[in-house]
Amino acid sequence: MAEPTITLEVWRYHPEQEAAPRFQPYQVPYRPDWVVLDALNYIKDHLDGSVAYRWSCRMGVCGSCGMTINGVPRLSCAAFLKEYYPRPVRVEPLANFPVERDLIVDLTDFLEKLPAVRPWIIRRDAGPPDAEFRQTPEELETYRQFSMCINCLLCYAACPVYALEPRFLGPAALALAARYTLDSRDQGRAERHPVVAGPDGVWDCTLVGECTTVCPKDVDPAGAIQRLKLASALAWLRDVVLPWGRR
Amino acid sequence: MEREHDVLIVGGGGAGLRAAIAVAERDPRLDVAIVSKVYPMRSHTVAAEGGAAAVIKPNDSLDAHIEDTIAGADWLADQDAVEVFVREAPREMVQLEHWGCPWSRAPDGTVAVRPFGGMRIARTWFAADKTGFHMLHTLFQTALKYASITWYHEWFVTRLLVEDGRCQGVTALELRTGRLHLIAARAVILCTGGAGRIYPFTTNGAICTGDGMALAYRAGVPLKDMEFVQYHPTGLPPTGILITEAARAEGGVLINKDGYRYLQDYGLGPAEPWPRLRAMEMGPRDRLSQAFVHEVRKGRTVRGPYGDVVHLDLRHLGEATIRERLPFVRELCLHYAGLDPARELIPVRPVVHYMMGGVDTDVSGATPLPGLFAAGECACVSINGANRLGSNSLPELLVFGARAGAAAAAFALEHRDLRLSALAAQARDEEERLARRFRRAAAGSERLSRLRAVLTQTMEEGCGIYRDAAGLRAACATLADLRARCTRVALDDPSHVYNTELVAALEFNFMLDVAEAVAHSALAREESRGSHQRTDFPRRDDARFLKHTLAFATDGPPRIAYRDVVITRWPPAERVYGG
Repeated sequence: MAEPTITLEVWRYHPEQEAAPRFQPYQVPYRPDWVVLDALNYIKDHLDGSVAYRWSCRMGVCGSCGMTINGVPRLSCAAFLKEYYPRPVRVEPLANFPVERDLIVDLTDFLEKLPAVRPWIIRRDAGPPDAEFRQTPEELETYRQFSMCINCLLCYAACPVYALEPRFLGPAALALAARYTLDSRDQGRAERHPVVAGPDGVWDCTLVGECTTVCPKDVDPAGAIQRLKLASALAWLRDVVLPWGRR
Repeated sequence: MEREHDVLIVGGGGAGLRAAIAVAERDPRLDVAIVSKVYPMRSHTVAAEGGAAAVIKPNDSLDAHIEDTIAGADWLADQDAVEVFVREAPREMVQLEHWGCPWSRAPDGTVAVRPFGGMRIARTWFAADKTGFHMLHTLFQTALKYASITWYHEWFVTRLLVEDGRCQGVTALELRTGRLHLIAARAVILCTGGAGRIYPFTTNGAICTGDGMALAYRAGVPLKDMEFVQYHPTGLPPTGILITEAARAEGGVLINKDGYRYLQDYGLGPAEPWPRLRAMEMGPRDRLSQAFVHEVRKGRTVRGPYGDVVHLDLRHLGEATIRERLPFVRELCLHYAGLDPARELIPVRPVVHYMMGGVDTDVSGATPLPGLFAAGECACVSINGANRLGSNSLPELLVFGARAGAAAAAFALEHRDLRLSALAAQARDEEERLARRFRRAAAGSERLSRLRAVLTQTMEEGCGIYRDAAGLRAACATLADLRARCTRVALDDPSHVYNTELVAALEFNFMLDVAEAVAHSALAREESRGSHQRTDFPRRDDARFLKHTLAFATDGPPRIAYRDVVITRWPPAERVYGG
């Protein structure tokens, strides 16, 4: 009996040769334990070495292989063919980013935004010499979820605000701002505040929550943005309405 | 002249980022750059799970960590290097804590530690079971603070440039344009990670193709102790996804098809209900992987759709413990094996995990080639000897990343002159070499994926957990044949922008260099030690082989030489576990 097959419709675009993108169908073996990335690797190895995409760990932690699969931003190493079979699988680059070629998008915008939220520990003092900062499991728990972001950028591809307003700092960068601001070791809230609460910050978010829906690591960027909005409102209240209340 | 830096770091994983921060902190006027074939947060450090060892608790001691590491290495580690490593690891780990790494905590707020294989005391720091991920992102995000760091994201280094006997830069392919660039540098640090992709079943990401090892090798630097390839005993077939040793540290047990804890039959017992340090499931990785092979031969393994497996049993730990301490293991099992480890057995088998060998360096990360440094898995300092203990590689990349950064910064300050016109000529040569290759590939006849399959199968068959002279000779012959065939590789992709097929072809050449170094080093070492088990030479032979292997590139197969192991306070002894 012939091996069952499944069709992958792959979005192709070669800027050197083609003016417009097109879909190219490929027939690949259908195996229920294969993910979409396995099918792409099969294509590259056996059918067409010119298909370009990024991947590495194949275990959902390096964040390289984000793509739009049947209209949904996903890690292709975590999207099983059996979820689609026997229907075809349509594979496109992540939305809301410029496409370099085929399934490879340009991440420059995110990498330029990331330092703006100062995603590192800010301290007025150096911390205990030769010993760790004490941080209780409860203190760890307050920011732990927001530290799980793998920068796969599915959330930017899903974000309707980012689609319309590319200046928006976006879900992953803001989740990292929350991650450091909520860390008991950090004292950088005031330094991050002008950026986080500024014109491209949390107040642009319209709370659609698609970022949280597509996040493969349950980071909940929408929740992070809500936490930052609350903190920002409280800071405004403290500084403007009740200035005598400042420490 | 296009680009020039004081220190150029190849690779943006844990070691590369730590080195870059060390350079930036040494002197903000030093111009440091990281060139990496992937974005730094995609580096393979991200996949490390279980933890990072460093002495911090009052019940522990530096000597105990040193002794565990040396015994784990089957006495092939340089003891001066191990002492440096163990002494400096706590400071580096505390530094990472201060930079924000979300270490798991004890109730009093101090960092929590867990036991790890081959260690006599629980000294492994962990961030649940995503330790490497958290370390890498902490280092990446911290590195963003430093304005003196220049980033070349997605540039692929093709060659080291050596002039006046000094490494003075690299040529690198900018993947976005397909252009080859010269990047001149007063010092270069290789931090390119491992080479697990030369085997068919590996925990390593697709990017672990031994690039830095091959770059150094081609520039005349020997590769040290390459025959020592670590199999991790618990990989998930068929992908090789890692189920961390922490699963055993938390109390997971290995059983064969009869539900029997077979490790007790291989000098690791007696079997007791709870994990005991340096015994049974908490033995070292080489011993556990070897025991698996014996179980296969006895017909006591389980036949799975992808070959023989044994079972890792976590069911008795309970769902709460698994959720808290091993969330990633649970996630991986649910997503990739379709099973819940709280209720079901996990099928596992040994898979290639780590290269103990690598670019020959001293304790400052310096290679024999002036101006060239190396750190992390691509380097061999050596602290891992014949078998690395789990949770030593993450602190290794911190300690020796920082040291290599400091040493490279000092070197760059002392050697200001660069022979720019000579470097430009070398870069033009390299550009022509690649263009010739590229043109020839249009008319090629060999399919890259076929050659890669032959390479990885050859390594598994000839240079696996157990080796012998006949198998190794056959492997060496096949690799020589592949060397000839890979000049005839065909490429489907004629374009310049993100030609990932061309990159894969260049990576394949690097893999072949590394594979040849492994096979020839293994053939020459006529003894069994740690991860290198020769069925035709089953004993450790300190009289002949208490030595590091050095593989030098030639026009043909590598030239093999030896160097004595540094022994300071710990004379070779029998390696005893269990009991």
